[in-house]
Amino acid sequence: MVKLEETQLPGVGVRHDFDGRFGKRVGVITHRDGRREIFVARRDDPDACAQSIVLSDEEAEAVADLLGGSTITRHMNTLTQDIEGLAMDWVPLAEGTPFAGRPLGETQMRTRTGTSIVAVMRSGQAIPAPGPEFGLEAGDTVVVVGTPGGVVRAARLLGGEG
Amino acid sequence: MSLGQLFLEIGAVILALAFVGRAAGRLGITPIPLYLLTGIVLGAVMRLGDAPGEFIHVGAEIGAVLLLFTLGLEYTSQELRDNLRANRQVGLLDLALNFTPGVVAGVVLGFPPLGAVLLGGVTYLTSSGIASKVLSDLGRLGNRETPVVLAVCVLEDVAMAVYLPVVAALLIGGTMAAVGVNLVVALDAFALAFFLALRYGHVLSRVVNVRNNETLLLSVFGLVLVVAGVADLLRVSAAIGAFLVGIALSGEVADRTRGLIEPLRDLFAAVFFVFFGLQLDLGTVPGVLLPAVLLAVITSVTKFVTGWWGAARAGVQTRGRFRAGATLIPRGEFSILIAGLGLGLVPTLGPLAAVYVLLTAILGPLLARFDGQLAPLLDRRLREARTG
Repeated sequence: MVKLEETQLPGVGVRHDFDGRFGKRVGVITHRDGRREIFVARRDDPDACAQSIVLSDEEAEAVADLLGGSTITRHMNTLTQDIEGLAMDWVPLAEGTPFAGRPLGETQMRTRTGTSIVAVMRSGQAIPAPGPEFGLEAGDTVVVVGTPGGVVRAARLLGGEG
Repeated sequence: MSLGQLFLEIGAVILALAFVGRAAGRLGITPIPLYLLTGIVLGAVMRLGDAPGEFIHVGAEIGAVLLLFTLGLEYTSQELRDNLRANRQVGLLDLALNFTPGVVAGVVLGFPPLGAVLLGGVTYLTSSGIASKVLSDLGRLGNRETPVVLAVCVLEDVAMAVYLPVVAALLIGGTMAAVGVNLVVALDAFALAFFLALRYGHVLSRVVNVRNNETLLLSVFGLVLVVAGVADLLRVSAAIGAFLVGIALSGEVADRTRGLIEPLRDLFAAVFFVFFGLQLDLGTVPGVLLPAVLLAVITSVTKFVTGWWGAARAGVQTRGRFRAGATLIPRGEFSILIAGLGLGLVPTLGPLAAVYVLLTAILGPLLARFDGQLAPLLDRRLREARTG
């Protein structure tokens, strides 16, 4: 998890920043009027901004789109292009999931939704092809493969709605 | 005087401002000192008639009121409370280091006690307008030392809100008893209004918040003038009344008002600086030059120390400390405002403050710009002093 720091800037807005993995502080200032300012700190002077870019409301949304969901949607797109009628999704197990601390077999995923759990992601590590005795935990991300409708049903089931 | 001539003269003054504003933009400095200079030059070369003089005078008063109103509008009551709690040490150091030199200078120059207190206010208040312009122009809002700079400005503005009504009450003068009564009335009225603004501001915000922009502008501008007028009649400073209206407005209505009233404020604030310059008698400037330069040098150092120390507490390195110190040096709109209050009391306060503001307003942003070149020099000096 990235550790975000929040600082009030009286008369200006709010600043959120974090120390980036590659040694530079990165942050976003949300101005009172809705403008967003992205900045990166200088390497030789980490207190100062090397560059800052001011974005309008809409531009900020576009950039967030570009940065945010793109990896998953791109995967989805290439996958569905390659194999007709097959979908894949990453389903996060939230705090409230009924399967926390239960073995994977108890989800009865294949019988109930027609999909398969092909991997579980836990603290940045992938566990491929987990067996039915594999214990799920809240905070895991489950990789589900099946028909598009089945994947949706699986996500609902894992969220505790099914 | 014909209307045509009135328009001609006022228009010429405003065009002159536009011209120096462009020059300031090209040089990358704030136009405030140039507006002052324009006023001084215009006062020397051109004799304005009574009608334009009158208009500029009233415009300047409106400018002062709008400056304080937008200042109040800038801050939410939550921000004021948080800042008071988190940064009171820097605030106290700032007050001690920067108010004192002004008062001492006033005493040395033989000002009456109240005049010395006014000069203390002149040297104390950083121009939050110039500081925030420097920060945004140089792309420094994301810098680590920036919250410290802003916090100092906020605390000074709060101190100003207490200081002004007190000074206003003292300026009315009279016997000791009368001054005491004035003081108590002013402080109580201010405290009550401040409390009401913080407590019931949201009610006012809701009432004022009409959908139509034109109506909103008229409501707010009208309200500000009415409150300022009442405050003035009650012998509390008009500007303080406006400041309180600004504090009281919050949320969406404050955001919209800011956008609407800013052009109006810019216009009248420019007139305010010109008016101050116009009033100056060039002949008095050589007499105040030496004290103004000395005072500017001393209080630039004390402001610099304030920013340096505050940034150091926030864990910022040398270059950032240098930037924080330099950004806080410029004095501006509020120093002029305070000096304007005391013109009747100490005639030399005007030219002294004008020269002083000119010097600090140019020096501060210049130093702030060259942090990369200057901070390492300072760093080396400090290290040498420590080891040697």
